Amino acid sequence: MAFITRGFRGKHETDESGRIPPGQYETHDFPVLSAGPTPHTPLETWSFTIAEGGEELARWSWEELRALPSETITKDIHCVTKWSKLDTEWEGVSVDTLLDGIETDAGYVTAWSDGGYTTNLPLEDVTGGKAWVAFGYDGELLDPEHGGPARLLVPHLYFWKSAKWVRGLRLMDEDEPGFWESLGYHLYGDPWREQRYWGD
Amino acid sequence: MAGAAVLGRLGTLAPLRWLLAELVELVPETPRVTSLVLDVPGWAGHRPGQHVDVRLTAEDGYQAQRSYSLAAPEDRERIVLTVEELEDGEVSPFLTEELRPGEFIELRGPIGGYFVWDGAGGEPLHLVAGGSGVVPLMAMLRHRAAARLETPATLLYSSRTLGDVIYREELDRLAAADPALRVAHTLTREQPEGWGGYARRIDPEMLAEVLGSGEAGATAFVCGPTRFVEVAADGLVALGYEPGRVRTERFGPSGA
Repeated sequence: MAFITRGFRGKHETDESGRIPPGQYETHDFPVLSAGPTPHTPLETWSFTIAEGGEELARWSWEELRALPSETITKDIHCVTKWSKLDTEWEGVSVDTLLDGIETDAGYVTAWSDGGYTTNLPLEDVTGGKAWVAFGYDGELLDPEHGGPARLLVPHLYFWKSAKWVRGLRLMDEDEPGFWESLGYHLYGDPWREQRYWGD
Repeated sequence: MAGAAVLGRLGTLAPLRWLLAELVELVPETPRVTSLVLDVPGWAGHRPGQHVDVRLTAEDGYQAQRSYSLAAPEDRERIVLTVEELEDGEVSPFLTEELRPGEFIELRGPIGGYFVWDGAGGEPLHLVAGGSGVVPLMAMLRHRAAARLETPATLLYSSRTLGDVIYREELDRLAAADPALRVAHTLTREQPEGWGGYARRIDPEMLAEVLGSGEAGATAFVCGPTRFVEVAADGLVALGYEPGRVRTERFGPSGA
């Protein structure tokens, strides 16, 4: 039961769309959050890898990735710092396409990024048309400060799961906490269940 | 499902419960910035640099949540938040204009375990603040002073005008009393007559003059609006700071 704050009415921009999860507010900006400096990896040395254990199962250079079939994705995104942004438009390659032909018993993945960032997700949350490696935003190439050249896009979870500067996915038997998940943020991060922090 | 091994590793993290916080005092800092001193029974302590989530609930059940940095180090069940009133904001004008001492709000925390400094390690502390980005950095400097740490520390602080400098007198006092602390200001919009500090937006040259290269193993904390943080963090990496030693926190009503 929440405590009523005397005199607080709020802006009461009622969310008629039903698209703003609890505790979130809509923004029309695109705020940036990251723990350290923005990496600037040249495209000539960039690659995207699928690995399991110590083994590399697949790898694409930038040009190879861009040659894969890509999709335009329009989704709402929700940051744990409380902003939500509706109808964001992305271009990217479905993770289903990247995992096509790979046999695995793994139940989880860890996404890893330039700069050392990691985040953990159940495999079923990045397959079945739910996740992409995105390199385009709003009709342009993705800016470095928003995760370019490529970021993971998993819009149904809080946006820290959509790892910026992503370089690969490691298939995992266990759910291994990533960077923020080891610092108190929720292991799964469903905005509709308001799973912001550990124990939510 | 999380396995036992995972829970074991996260075992030190307790669930964050909503707590009732009583406003004890409002401290005006600048025309747009106010500190809230709050008593929070059940507060479990925090580290300098962490923040809290504040939740306000209207009579009809409508709720709004926002995050605010903790401005002071741990002091039992007393915490200090410094809040910038955003034009057209939903939560900040309520906190700074309407809430009265003796009244309550809900909050939970502490949140964030990366943008923190408590002096462990002893390497020099380099701080770069833009506007109200100084708040979590002030918690670090106040902790450093209260714990009498002799770690060399430098703050480069960018404000629009002299009147917008948060904690100005306290920073002057701390720096005057402590040869290991340096505070350099830049005023980007308007400078008083005879101003001896910088008078432009931060740039690589200013970072080099104030903070030097990162070779001494300094850890840098950068907090401010997005564009400010991008310039400062890129500048520090170009000066030779290891990217892993440059920690950033960005905020602001306007994203890029």
